[in-house]
Amino acid sequence: MISTSSITEPMVPERYVFRGFTKETPDTFTLTLEPENEASGTLFQPGQFSMLWVFGVGELPISISGQPWQRDRLVYTVRSVGQATHALVSQKVGGDVGVRGPFGTGWPIEAARERDVIVVAGGIGLAPLRPVIYHVLRNRKQYGRLVVLYGARSPRDLLYRKELSSWAREPDTQVLVTVDYGGIGWRGHVGVVTTLFKYARLQPSRSITMVCGPEIMMRFVTRDLETYGFKREEIYLSMERNMKCAVGFCGHCQYGPYFICRDGPVFPYENIRPLLEKYEL
Amino acid sequence: METLERIIAEHPFFAGLDHGFITLMVSCASNVRFKSGTSILKEGDPANTFYLIREGRAAVEVSAPQHKPIIIATLGLGDILGWSWLLPPFQWKFNARAVEDVRAIALDGECLRTKCEENHDLGYEVLKRFAQIMEQRLDATLLQLLDVYGARR
Amino acid sequence: MSEERRRIFHADQIEKLIEALGRNGYEVIGPTVRDAAIVYDRIEATGELPAGWTDEQKPGLYRLKRRGDQALFGYAAGPQSWKKYLHPAEVQLCSAERRGGSFRVLNNNEVRPTPRYAFLGVRACDLAAIDIQDRVLTGDKYKDPIYERLRRGVFIVAVQCTQAAATCFCASMGTGPRARSGFDLLMTELTSAEGHRFVVDTGSKRGAEILAELQTTPATGADLHEAEAAVDLAANQQVRSIDTTDIQDLLYQNFDHPRWDNVAARCLTCANCTMVCPTCFCTTVEDVTDVTGDHAERWRRWDSCFTLSFSYIHGGNVRNSSKARYRQWMTHKLASWIDQFGASGCVGCGRCIAWCPVGIDITEEVRAMREGNNHGNT
Repeated sequence: MISTSSITEPMVPERYVFRGFTKETPDTFTLTLEPENEASGTLFQPGQFSMLWVFGVGELPISISGQPWQRDRLVYTVRSVGQATHALVSQKVGGDVGVRGPFGTGWPIEAARERDVIVVAGGIGLAPLRPVIYHVLRNRKQYGRLVVLYGARSPRDLLYRKELSSWAREPDTQVLVTVDYGGIGWRGHVGVVTTLFKYARLQPSRSITMVCGPEIMMRFVTRDLETYGFKREEIYLSMERNMKCAVGFCGHCQYGPYFICRDGPVFPYENIRPLLEKYEL
Repeated sequence: METLERIIAEHPFFAGLDHGFITLMVSCASNVRFKSGTSILKEGDPANTFYLIREGRAAVEVSAPQHKPIIIATLGLGDILGWSWLLPPFQWKFNARAVEDVRAIALDGECLRTKCEENHDLGYEVLKRFAQIMEQRLDATLLQLLDVYGARR
Repeated sequence: MSEERRRIFHADQIEKLIEALGRNGYEVIGPTVRDAAIVYDRIEATGELPAGWTDEQKPGLYRLKRRGDQALFGYAAGPQSWKKYLHPAEVQLCSAERRGGSFRVLNNNEVRPTPRYAFLGVRACDLAAIDIQDRVLTGDKYKDPIYERLRRGVFIVAVQCTQAAATCFCASMGTGPRARSGFDLLMTELTSAEGHRFVVDTGSKRGAEILAELQTTPATGADLHEAEAAVDLAANQQVRSIDTTDIQDLLYQNFDHPRWDNVAARCLTCANCTMVCPTCFCTTVEDVTDVTGDHAERWRRWDSCFTLSFSYIHGGNVRNSSKARYRQWMTHKLASWIDQFGASGCVGCGRCIAWCPVGIDITEEVRAMREGNNHGNT
């Protein structure tokens, strides 16, 4: 796999062009970036992230959210919460964005072959998992059932609504969605994503489960998964911490003995479990 | 057609329950259906019957003066709808409505309370199971309250 | 180190050494007295070295004192370490020029000339620290090109300690006072009645070449014996130590030990320890622009895990309390580092002990945690 960042100059951003964006929710946008010239595109493993640089403002670690077989573009879903993310989503189409990466470990799509793939996502956590769904659907025969369990704050915070519907129509695929606050007019599930387990046809012994969302949500979900009979070694999480370099030099992303940029962001639950309970680790 | 006893025995709530106790509870139980859209419980009504959901989805709602009712939670297979039968003043605090066709086991609260008073072993088994369901609901509600997806400031 | 290779020269040859290094294209960096401390800076003559000075160090205390002799390297370690030069506190990563919506990135490090340093007076602990930073910054998948450029070709003149400060504990960390490898020249300073001289050993071909430009004679058995004894003295004088047995378990399993509250009550999170520590490597990146907004630069600066926003994500800091930050630093330095890089991050130089304004002693913290380790009770 070719990387945009050279091993020898990992801190220098490469120029990508901002080609388009979609508004997913009132504060979340999906951006499409294309390399300067076609030859210099990159592939990525589902679960990996890039460092996106906004000229003169700063850099952000953002999970890659597009189709992993497409070399000619990189797609990101970004929530605008502060100065840097706001600057990123406010770029004019046609302008440049700096890209470094892809970095980090990916979801275990190889280990999941022949098995049921369970994707549990909370909020913007669906973005780093979307490439897994794309990959499984594109290589349908290599995998067992696909179950997507997705929880968001409220109906207007749901990402990728059209895709959720079309995924649900795929063979051997179950997509269940819930919200914390239904509001008026929502007739679907209301409650946290763990309440969806009972509606999903789950067979823990033949599944690989991938979980992504706020840390609190992942703690509740993994605990419930264990109660349901899922083995710790077959559950994977994506963790997040402050990052300045993404290549293991700046020290900011350390989580216990791990550098999240290098040993993660995807971790087997087995390794992370003792750390999740440690307050202020 | 399945006997009521078999239906009860198969419901997750009764897993592991002594056969003798199941028989005791059958006399307090009946098999019910609610069509999609119909009301199951009304706020303020006496809380006599509660439901073990077998199939379908029910929404727990709160009504507010200015607008349509707000769904707080949706319940499905294995969930218990209604706890107010257990403790005074035995009155429903929320509304519940079938969002899809619901099939459930209805249990007469007063009948069950009496049986549990007569047979404390039965009472203990019932309360143990209730405690577990309540713990799950409480955990889920706590997580819901935390508003984990909300933007942190 | 064969005995035949060991030479000896008179202290006045140090001047020749500095000149020889200069002639061979090196910028000599060595110790000098400034602002009541022994710091590292450009050295052009022997007169700039801290002749006759030593350092008195205790928790929270560092003072220079006059020696009875004119030893040039008669001190332990000052507030600076060689990371000042190899892993600079402020360095530009790249710059960019913008026109309209497009920009062009310039990697100025590739064109900027890299200084060629000769480090004069590298202690065994600091040699170990350089080795550790080599591992951290160039030993994995990604290499830090700035560190590599500065590190490549550095000429190292190691000088073994012949006395220890009260804060030193390199012996217990296995990093000194003897230097074993990683140097071009290794010297031990003798100031006995036989004369002010240096026993010297070469560690590389170019070390031998530089040495050949000095006037040296073969070291006698007596010289070597005196040098060995002097280094032994430095080891025996050490009053502090860390017992590193099972130190990973000790720290990992005592995440909630009450001792952390005890040290948190004292720690100011001033970050002094991380600045003086020769192995601390954390940095941050800052973006700056000029007034027009069309010229941007990315700067890398030293950072410290003690700063509040070091662990900032999503509107909050993960490590809010000083307890969490001290615990992170000490656990990383002594335990996690081993998992990450195969060896301890601490070289026993004792700088953090002397330069902590409230005198927190890392060796004491380890001891307290071991002794209080009855299921976490103190």
